[in-house]
Amino acid sequence: MVNTPPVESLTPQPVMQPHSEPVGADAPVVHPVKAEVRNLSFYYGSFKAVKNVSLPFYEKAVTALIGPSGCGKTTLLRCFNRMHDLYPGNRYEGEIVLYPSRINIVGPAASPIEMRMRVSMVFQKPNPFPKSIFENVAYGLRLRGVGGRSELEARVEQALRGAALWEEVKDRLRDGAYGLSGGQQQRLCIARALAVEPEIVLFDEPTSALDPIATGKIEELIDDLRQRVTILIVTHNMQQASRVSDYTAFMYLGEMIEYDRTAKIFTNPSKSLTEQYISGRFG
Amino acid sequence: MPDATTTTPAPLVPHVRRLSGLMLRERVVEGLLLLAAVFSIFITSGIVFILVNESRPFFRTVNPIEFLTGGEWTPQFADPKFGILPLVAGTLSTTLVALLVAMPVGTIIAIWLSEFAPAKVREVVKPLLELLAAVPTVVYGFFAITLVSPVMQQVYAWVISFFPSLKENYPELPLFNVLSAGIVMGLMIVPYVCSLSEDAMRAVPMILREGSFGMGANRTTTALRVVFPAAFSGVAAAYTLAISRAVGETMIVAIAAGNQPTLTANPLQPAQTITAFIVQASMGDLPHDDIGYQSIFAAGLTLFVMTLGFNLLGAALRRRYRQAY
Amino acid sequence: MRPIDHTIRRGQLQDLIFRVLGVSLLLLCLGTLGVLIFNLAHDGLSRLDLKFFSSFASRHADEAGIKAAWVGTALIMLVTALTAIPLGLAAGIYLEEYARKNWFTGLIEINIANLAGVPSIIYGLMALGLLVYKLNFGRSILSGGVTLAFLILPIVIVATREALRSIPQSMREAAYALGATRWQVIRHHLLPYSAGGISTGVIIALGRAIGETAPLITIGALTYIAFLPPAPFSMMDSGHRAGAFSWLMTDFTVLPIQMFNWVSMPGEDFQANAAAAGLVLMLATLGINAVAIGVRYRMRRRIKW
Repeated sequence: MVNTPPVESLTPQPVMQPHSEPVGADAPVVHPVKAEVRNLSFYYGSFKAVKNVSLPFYEKAVTALIGPSGCGKTTLLRCFNRMHDLYPGNRYEGEIVLYPSRINIVGPAASPIEMRMRVSMVFQKPNPFPKSIFENVAYGLRLRGVGGRSELEARVEQALRGAALWEEVKDRLRDGAYGLSGGQQQRLCIARALAVEPEIVLFDEPTSALDPIATGKIEELIDDLRQRVTILIVTHNMQQASRVSDYTAFMYLGEMIEYDRTAKIFTNPSKSLTEQYISGRFG
Repeated sequence: MPDATTTTPAPLVPHVRRLSGLMLRERVVEGLLLLAAVFSIFITSGIVFILVNESRPFFRTVNPIEFLTGGEWTPQFADPKFGILPLVAGTLSTTLVALLVAMPVGTIIAIWLSEFAPAKVREVVKPLLELLAAVPTVVYGFFAITLVSPVMQQVYAWVISFFPSLKENYPELPLFNVLSAGIVMGLMIVPYVCSLSEDAMRAVPMILREGSFGMGANRTTTALRVVFPAAFSGVAAAYTLAISRAVGETMIVAIAAGNQPTLTANPLQPAQTITAFIVQASMGDLPHDDIGYQSIFAAGLTLFVMTLGFNLLGAALRRRYRQAY
Repeated sequence: MRPIDHTIRRGQLQDLIFRVLGVSLLLLCLGTLGVLIFNLAHDGLSRLDLKFFSSFASRHADEAGIKAAWVGTALIMLVTALTAIPLGLAAGIYLEEYARKNWFTGLIEINIANLAGVPSIIYGLMALGLLVYKLNFGRSILSGGVTLAFLILPIVIVATREALRSIPQSMREAAYALGATRWQVIRHHLLPYSAGGISTGVIIALGRAIGETAPLITIGALTYIAFLPPAPFSMMDSGHRAGAFSWLMTDFTVLPIQMFNWVSMPGEDFQANAAAAGLVLMLATLGINAVAIGVRYRMRRRIKW
């Protein structure tokens, strides 16, 4: 990584604030809603990991899910692309309505495969396939039946540019993905997620395995992506939430404690539990 | 981002019909894979069914109690006797000799590999040692009668010169004997003992060793007093695997143990194992409805039950050691 | 000298003794393997020429060869591989990637673990009763190949499962998250990534099958055969044209049985033949194992998660 700017230069971008009014559960929606979680509960067997959560996710905005370990934030995130369906004994209750098609993501009528095709995910640790850089990005496209050489190449390039990786890898697209650094691998995974033009991209603590410089690049990238796609990000790091997100939901023991504009949550939370967590008194 | 589009492009989701086609293929593939997995149960059922079914006519002629307690096995006589005990004795005595070789040798090599040898040496030595288990058993049989047994005869002659009293009863070691066959079989099962026990010992957490070294113990004490006991159920599983291999081993004993079903535990004598009898009987062309044909299934059933017992014991031990840490 | 020095000395001596003991037992085992190979070579090398490979068995030791035996071994291995590999792979994939934990899959697992410990001769008895008589395959190459396939099936299944299990779960999740179906995850990712491990296991299993003697004797493989199975569509002595699979239904012998036959014959000449056949068998076994070790080594260097 040669052109890495020093961390200090990564001043947070001015947070996009589409609403003049604070957004609460009952507030009138001004900006288009991309997805709406309604009374969602989730069970691992008999353990209820998400308890009756409701909140909106706005289109082309970044919503952060924060909270202490085990609060259910990752569990909630993984409901959006039905990852829980991969393991036995898991159960959803309630709805996640995806707009504009108004399909219930966790409903019995929705196919998990289709939901995963519409909602991409970036994982905690970079997990590129042991294939070439090109094939990593092209894989999702191939699954969707994109076959033409030139179309694949154009889309792969677009995705790699979108993930700010193109300049670094354009001369070695055929090389193995494991030759990249950790931060580059994670951006490759972001490119892989972007290539399929998802409606939502889920980030599950995308920088927890990276060093501060690589983290800075990823945060910068998320900041760019908000113009194109709806983003949900789970993070442990409250500074990260305050830097990259427009909205923040604070979860605790499976419940949604508070949801508001990020600026509001971090300056003037309305619940004392939120305030205690933000100020580092537990977590 | 120069080429970032401002409008969301249409999502690249395949047509619903293509998705449902995919799902149908999923079902078909899963069904086929399940069929293959279930097939293994058919093999076991086939084994049990054939062994029981084909030995049923045998047990109509021969009383099962006599079969299990009889001390004479003379299927080729005009008045054949079918008492399995001589074959069981042959099987157990060859197994015992093999274990007396393989258990100490395998265990000591395993401890050395796990606790003393550098990683690089272990990487090279383990596959080499496993070659011992890959040698075709018929080759081992040849080795036993052309080299090991003649050498053992010399050794026996030398040993016996110190014990004149033995000389009267057993003047010399016959070429075909339990001892030589068992020793060679022991060599064959060394890797079975060694590989599994070494895995078990290396699975012992490092902190246990550090605890011992921290008190000033040397490597040998740590290996024998800490690591070996901690890994013992795994080692015991290796031993049961070795027993079941030895009990079921066929060609070495068919070639080198002498094929004489005598009820004796003396390893200096020839003997016949259950497996060797089955081979001997199969070499002649057996008519389907002959008592000889039926007897190999009765013998096989006995062998199957014996090994099944050892296998279940081994599986139980392995399960226990998996849960240990 | 302080007492503690004495204790330390004794400990060091003990370690030294154990090291010497371990190394010498190891060298004893490996040395015996060397002696075994040398013994075969010493007795059999002089018999090993082209004529040995191109002659059928004979009553005259110096004219006898292993033509029918090596062709039989090769064909049996072909049938075994074509049966055991698809079955074992499929069963391994099912148990590792599809099976939910319940009594039924538990039963299958215990069953496979037990099958792995069943003596090979028992498979022979089962095949004699089931394949030869009940299914009427006869004492054919088909019967022999399928018998050995049953025998090595547990090894192939276990190798497949272990190779699949060593792939991190994050690979599966990455593919699923892009919308892959279970079978697509397996075919596009898991099978390619585990190919090295699976092939190592398969090769070792075939190496075990090639030396198997007892189950084939039990199903009635012959020891004296002076003809080869008909090549597909070739003209047979009877004047008929052979079918594509006629060879499957012919009688056969294999190398280890040929060797066993010679071992049981009196006379040094036949012992030399046995040694020569054993040498061929050993070379095949060692070659197969060398390939397996090579594959494993290359695989380890290639993929690091």
